[in-house]
Amino acid sequence: MATYIARRLLLLPLVAFGVTLLIFALLQFLTPAERAALFVTDPRQLSSIPAIIRKYGLDQPIHVQYWVWLKQLLHGDLGWSQTARMPTSQALATFFPATLELTFYMFIPIIIIGVWLGTRAAVHKDQIVDHFSRIFAISLRGLPSFVWGLIVLMVFYGGLNWFPPGRLSLEADLFVKSPEFHRFTRIMTVDALLNGQPWIFVDALRHIAGPAMTLVLVEMALLVRVTRSSMLEVLRQDYVRTARAKGLAEPVVINRHARKNALIPVVTLSSLLFVGLLGGVVLAETIFNYPGIGKWGAEAAVQLDIPGVTGFGMFIALITVFGNLAADILYATIDPRIRLQ
Amino acid sequence: MDSGVGGRGSGVRTSTALVVDRTPDTQPLTPSSRVRPQTMAGLAWWRFTRHRMAVAGLLVVAVLGAASTLASWVSPYDPDKPDLQLQLRAPSPVHLLGTDDLGRDLLTRILYGGRISLSIGVLAMTLAVLMGTAVGAAAGYYGGAIDNLLMRFTDLMLSIPALFLLILLILVLRSFPLPFLRGGVLAIVLAIALLSWMTVARLVRAAFLSLKEQVFVEAARALGVGNGRIIIRHILPNAASPIIVAATLRVASSIITESGLSFLGFGVQPPTPTWGNMLKNAQDQMITAPWTAIFPGLFIFVTVIAINYVGDGLRDALDPRHLR
Repeated sequence: MATYIARRLLLLPLVAFGVTLLIFALLQFLTPAERAALFVTDPRQLSSIPAIIRKYGLDQPIHVQYWVWLKQLLHGDLGWSQTARMPTSQALATFFPATLELTFYMFIPIIIIGVWLGTRAAVHKDQIVDHFSRIFAISLRGLPSFVWGLIVLMVFYGGLNWFPPGRLSLEADLFVKSPEFHRFTRIMTVDALLNGQPWIFVDALRHIAGPAMTLVLVEMALLVRVTRSSMLEVLRQDYVRTARAKGLAEPVVINRHARKNALIPVVTLSSLLFVGLLGGVVLAETIFNYPGIGKWGAEAAVQLDIPGVTGFGMFIALITVFGNLAADILYATIDPRIRLQ
Repeated sequence: MDSGVGGRGSGVRTSTALVVDRTPDTQPLTPSSRVRPQTMAGLAWWRFTRHRMAVAGLLVVAVLGAASTLASWVSPYDPDKPDLQLQLRAPSPVHLLGTDDLGRDLLTRILYGGRISLSIGVLAMTLAVLMGTAVGAAAGYYGGAIDNLLMRFTDLMLSIPALFLLILLILVLRSFPLPFLRGGVLAIVLAIALLSWMTVARLVRAAFLSLKEQVFVEAARALGVGNGRIIIRHILPNAASPIIVAATLRVASSIITESGLSFLGFGVQPPTPTWGNMLKNAQDQMITAPWTAIFPGLFIFVTVIAINYVGDGLRDALDPRHLR
């Protein structure tokens, strides 16, 4: 297993290389003048475009430009992100904790409700719970996630005013930016508790609830389906029949015997889900104006902020590789029948 | 699942027939029960029609497709001509689904929008399936370095958030000097296809990996059939079922992707209606004129669900092993 992990980790620089090269190659389709125009913020500077092209080497062949960028990267410099108005590496460090926090608060309910509903659906196959969970899954897949986001926004912000958009309310934001508040982890809810400020904790949670709820609704369906089919598979096996035959109570058979094995594919799926959520929050963050990495990435793409776009793409791709690796290792750890090679 | 119920029903019929009638096996059990067809396609179609929701889905898609194609005959209104006397009218017998913020008939725009949305779905699917099949077939059949290279590239494409890459791709396509790519439908189709072939490629590769070891492939090779011909004439038809199912579902997801892009402002540009950009335009009047948002949403919803049911039905029909 150690060699397997080592080999997969060796892939990381290759992935980073591939992703950045891909994005770089894509952007080469824009003319040098178009790319230079991105550096110009004031119409009066339009005459300086040739100078910008020369300064940044935009008319050089792609490999020369990529090499310049790569040398920069090796010095730890990802370039200046115009959309974030800070260096790209700092932008990643600023926006990523918010997304990580959001993902975490989505992940927990997805797993708990998803596994519970999936188990119920399998145990009561072809009964009301099963039909309900299927209709639920099908209808959620029927609309784009931004529509669910808008509906959540309308009902829980417009109607009930429970879950406002943004990151924090005004007074909480002022307090967080004051010197009294210490940023220990950059994870807002944790920092709020460590500072002994439960009201900030509640405030942050209210802002997370909107986007979290949207994606919980949309992403839960897959988990329910996987849990259900995996549970059905296990319930047919001999050892479950043995457990029932020796007179164990049904809840014990389901919860202690069957579910443990049924959860093996679910564990793998959920680590992939976690990674998928990290990269898939673009729309939810945009709708709820939540200052996470996805919203920044979309803005960077819209404004063709090249350092931002490349940095974002590379970062998410690396996380995906890590996540897939974690899924494999987890899989082999909880199921000794599987050998990695 | 529905065919399971049907199977149980016919089982009951069989036993009563045997006990009461003692009908010979060769005859149909009841006058109404149909004889199983003998060809592969006939058998698949027979199994498909057992799946009631799938048949309903197919009907819905057919009706929507026909109504959109014939939109200029179905609707008496002009989809693009604004009428400021008629802004935001609620649904009425004259304007069945009401009018939008520029006084245009909503149903007419939905039908014309359906043309674009459905075409985007079908075209993007076709391109994606062609690309995915080519990559997957090459990787699965030749194996070795080719497989490694193509599949690592596939992994790479899958590890970048699709929506983000889509935006970049569309921006780049827009700056091309080709007029048909400028903000038009084809740019969207191309971008969606370029980012959705990966799942098809993995599927086709997996099918090819097992099929190429089969005896009939060996036989074809022994007869001196060339690689290209083996791939296209011998292996590909055997891998058709999963490709057809995946292709069907791709149509639905392409329609959803288009609407997501429209929401971010990167879809087909107004005044050309698509279900996605109609939904986005309706955002400002959602409270005062909810029908402008509800009906385009409803059409997306019904279409996507119908297509998903067709996909489910096709899977059960083409791959009966899938049913247990």
